[in-house]
Parts: sequence; structure tokens; C-alpha cells
Amino acid sequence: MAVIEQTPTPPVVAPSTPTRPKKGLRKYWHLYAAISPFYLLFLAFGLIPVGFSLYLSFHRWDGLGSMEWAGLSQYQYLVSDSDFWQSIGNTLVIWALATFPMIFLAMVTAVMLNSAVRFKNAYRFAYFLPNVTSVVAIAIVFGSIFSTNFGLVNALLQAVGLDQVAWLNTPWGIKVAIATLMTWQWTGYNAIIFLAGLQTIPGDLYEAARIDGAGPVQTFFRVTLPLLRPTLLFVLVVSTVTGLQSFSEPQVLLQTTANESTFSGGPDHAGRTMVLYFFQQTFDNNDFGYGAAVAWGIFLVVVLFSIINWRLVQRRGEQ
Amino acid sequence: MASIKGSGRRGTALHASLIIGLLLSAFPFYWAVIMSTHTSSEIFSYPPKLLPGSHFLENVRNLLDTIDFFGSMWNSLLVATTVTFLVLFFDSLAAFVFAKFAFPGKNLLFALLMLIFMVPAQLAAIPQFVIMAKIGWIGSMTALIVPAAANAFGIFWMRQYMRSAIHDELLDASKLDGAGFMRQYWHVALPVVRPGLAFLGIFTFMGQWNDYAWPLIALTNPDNVTLQVALSQLNGTHGTTDYGMVMTGAVLALIPLLIVFAIGARQIIGDLAKGAVRG
Repeated sequence: MAVIEQTPTPPVVAPSTPTRPKKGLRKYWHLYAAISPFYLLFLAFGLIPVGFSLYLSFHRWDGLGSMEWAGLSQYQYLVSDSDFWQSIGNTLVIWALATFPMIFLAMVTAVMLNSAVRFKNAYRFAYFLPNVTSVVAIAIVFGSIFSTNFGLVNALLQAVGLDQVAWLNTPWGIKVAIATLMTWQWTGYNAIIFLAGLQTIPGDLYEAARIDGAGPVQTFFRVTLPLLRPTLLFVLVVSTVTGLQSFSEPQVLLQTTANESTFSGGPDHAGRTMVLYFFQQTFDNNDFGYGAAVAWGIFLVVVLFSIINWRLVQRRGEQ
Repeated sequence: MASIKGSGRRGTALHASLIIGLLLSAFPFYWAVIMSTHTSSEIFSYPPKLLPGSHFLENVRNLLDTIDFFGSMWNSLLVATTVTFLVLFFDSLAAFVFAKFAFPGKNLLFALLMLIFMVPAQLAAIPQFVIMAKIGWIGSMTALIVPAAANAFGIFWMRQYMRSAIHDELLDASKLDGAGFMRQYWHVALPVVRPGLAFLGIFTFMGQWNDYAWPLIALTNPDNVTLQVALSQLNGTHGTTDYGMVMTGAVLALIPLLIVFAIGARQIIGDLAKGAVRG
């Protein structure tokens, strides 16, 4: 899973064999034909659009009139756009609130599943279920769980004598609600990934650790965690790439409390993630040029953050 | 860990913790089903209702009156099913070529495929919208189906699968029998990789069924949308409408997905984990 720099080059449909290119093409045409649908679709709906979005980001365009050259001004505005910076902050906070509990819980679950002898498959099935559900349907459910007036969380708080929290009306409440939804949806999925990683660790290593007198906690940190590093890397990178592009969760969860745009991310825009901001600028404001610049900004943030995460996990493993 | 393996008190504690986790996983489903059986005023009452009520059918009736539930479900089914079959065909065909044949430019094309794997969706979103508006696809299901008809993940996945599952002797033997490329693909390769196809198919179907962002902007006519978009429209107006009905919609929308998952659960959980460890 390398999510490093990506400069897509045009697909070379006709290969250049140094000797007898014509014969090669005639001999292998059926093979090229068989792989061509993907490359043609990518050309039409991937490469040309990505190139066009770069072009667009240097222009002003409302999607209808003529394009107007804007030079670097979209990007100059982007780096000074406090709304964009706020959306980066929102996204990172939500990502952190969701990812760290998720990885911790997923690992604990995986270790427990690994030592469970019976019902292993039934557990795996049940733990995976949250990931199967549609984000839209489940965001509606979580909207009701975190609702201020009749929500289950507030009912629980009330039952133990605490004050109610207006979850979807306060900046922190919004982020906690979105993060809880993401944690719920991805913990079981990642537990199963971790479980697969655990099963590749040979049992005699545990035996040796036990003979050396290591307790469960020591065994976990000295044996399990180091050997689980590739899996941890995979989980972290995937959760970074998907988590930093979160859109459906805040959009569905918060559109009910917004009175302006369905992409506004709730009160004080506290749940407006980077991708929500992209949608708002592009399709609400019809500011296609600036939207394209925002998209490239998001891309840069995701790439940077993925590299940082990668480095951190790698280095920690080397110690 | 080996030290807590086994039965006895530790085993009981282990299963107790696992069951607590399981209940947390399952609870939102339970809660949604419970709420779909109550009226809005019952839902707004305190303490919250934790047991089923008797208004499910009424909620269903209200749901069908408010949105074109079956129409949008049909749209979702149409898109998800068509895309799934197209993906299975195009991806496995390309994967067969990459797994079993040598030709000039192969490594370059495959490296390119892996790069494409990583291009984020929203970079292309605006121009895709513009291109499709120009060719008149915006508002129709074509805008959802065509761009999704082949993908890098599926080709990569099937290639890995085919490399180990299809033996060269089998292909050579069929060649001796006079089988051409398409016959080898259809009669030799495909039957061997059915488990891999099942995983890819279920995975694709679920992804398409749940896709939300692109259908939201590509389907401009509110009367002709997929189920996820219809549901979000329902939710967006809940301040004035019926919450029990909204939950009923959410619950009913999950059923097809749960059926598909139940059919392919073993495949998807096992293969997904395998793929992650390999990668």
C-alpha cells in the first residue's frame, strides 16, 4: 500500500518493441484488447479529468460562462483561507478521535479472538457487520442516538444524574459523534485484519516468551506488537486515506441541523471536513475553479499525512 | 495469546468481553429496528423505548407515501448489479492477461495500474461532472455505471488470485486441444477462480449499493435517485417529518445488503484478511 507521489503518465496502449513492433502488435492484439477497457475508462474518467482539474484550478469558472485565467490566485487564496484551515483542523481532530480508539479496540479484540477457541467464526461475522451497513442509513441511526432531545446517550447521562449534552450543536459534540460512528463502523473490520496478522505469528515464539517468564502485557509489547507492524502500517495508512476523506458521515449526520447548505457541517461548521468544504465550494457556490484548487489542497494534505504516519510507525518499529 | 488460551475462569472472562463487544457492534441495528416500530411521539418520550412497538406497518406506509422507496431501490439494484457484472468480466479478463501472458509493455502497464489505484476520487470529481454534463449523462444511471465498469483494485486482486490458482499445465493442455484465448479465459480460467470472483462480486456490489457522494451530485433529478440519496433526502427534512418513518427507511435499506453479506460472509471475511496480510 504505497500512497506516495502519484503522477499518472498516459497509458501506452501501443507498446514499442524495439524489434518488429508491427508483428508484436499483430501477435498480441487480443491481449491488448482484453486489458483495454480499464485503460480507456481510466483515460476518459480519470486521467483527462485529473489533468483538467489542474487546468481548472488556475482559472475562475462558474461551470456555465467562459473560463477566466486566474494564475496562482486560487492557491494564494487557498493558503490564506481560514475556512479551509478550519476544515483541515476538523478533519484531523475527527480522524484522531476515531482512529486511536479504533486501533486500540481492534487490537484488543483481535488478541481476544485469537485466543478464543470456540465460536471464532460467529464472532468474526458479527464484528464485521457494522462495516457492511451503508453510511447513510447508519448515520441516520447515530443522529438519533446522539440527538439532544430524545437521544439514547443523553438518556443514559440523565439516568446517572449527569447533564445533557447538545451533541450535534456543540463543536466538540459534533466531532465526538462523527468519530464514534467511524470507530463503530471500522473497529471490527480492522480487528479481522489484525487477527489475520496475528495468525501468521508462530506459536513457539509465545512459548519461548512464556518460558522466559514474560507476562501477557510484556508478551504483547515484546512479541506481538513488533511482529504485527506490517499489519499496523496497512491499517494506519488505509484509515488515514479513508478517514481524511470523510464525507458521508458528517454530511448525513449534520444536514438536519444546518439551515443553510447541506455541506455546511453543522453549527459553527464544526463538522465541515475537507471534502465537505470541497463540495460546498464547488457545487453550492458554483465556484469550480476554486473547488479544483481545494481538491488539490486536500490531496496534498492526505499525501503528507500518510507519509508522516508511515514514517512514525516505521521508526517506532526499529527501536 | 497462549497464556490465556483455554477454558476455566479466564476463558469465561474472555468470552464475556467478546460478547460485550459483540453487543456494542449489534446495538445500533437493534436500536434502529426498535425505533422503526414506534411513532415519532413515542420516540421523543422519556425514558427511551427499548422494546418494539406496534407502528411498523404504519411507518412503512408513510415511507412509501413520502419517497419513491421501491423506485430508488430499483435504481440502486440496477446500478449495483450491472456494475458488478461488468467489473467481474472486465477485471477478470484483464487480470487473466496480466497473470498468465507475456507481451511487450506489460510491466509498464501494470505499474501504471498500481499508480491509478491511488488517485483520490475528488480530484477528478468536477471534470467528471463537467464531461458527463456535456455528453448528457448527468441525471441518468449511465453516469454511475460506466465509470465504475472496471477498476484497478479488482484487476490487481484477481491477478494475485489467478497467478496461484491457474496452473500453466492446464492452459497448455487446453491450447493443445485447440482452445483460443477467449475459450481459455471462459472455460479454463473462470471456473478455477470462482471463489475470487465471489469475493470481488460481493465487494463491488456492496460498494456500489452504498455509494453516496457521486450519486448525490450526478443524479440531479430528485425523483430519480438511488436509495442512499433518497434516504438522505428523507433525513434532511426530518425536522418537520416523522422520525419513525425515517428509521424504517434506514432499516429497510439495509436488508438487501445484509442478505448479500450473509451469502458471502465466509468468503469476504476470509479473503479480505488474507489480502491485507499479503499486502
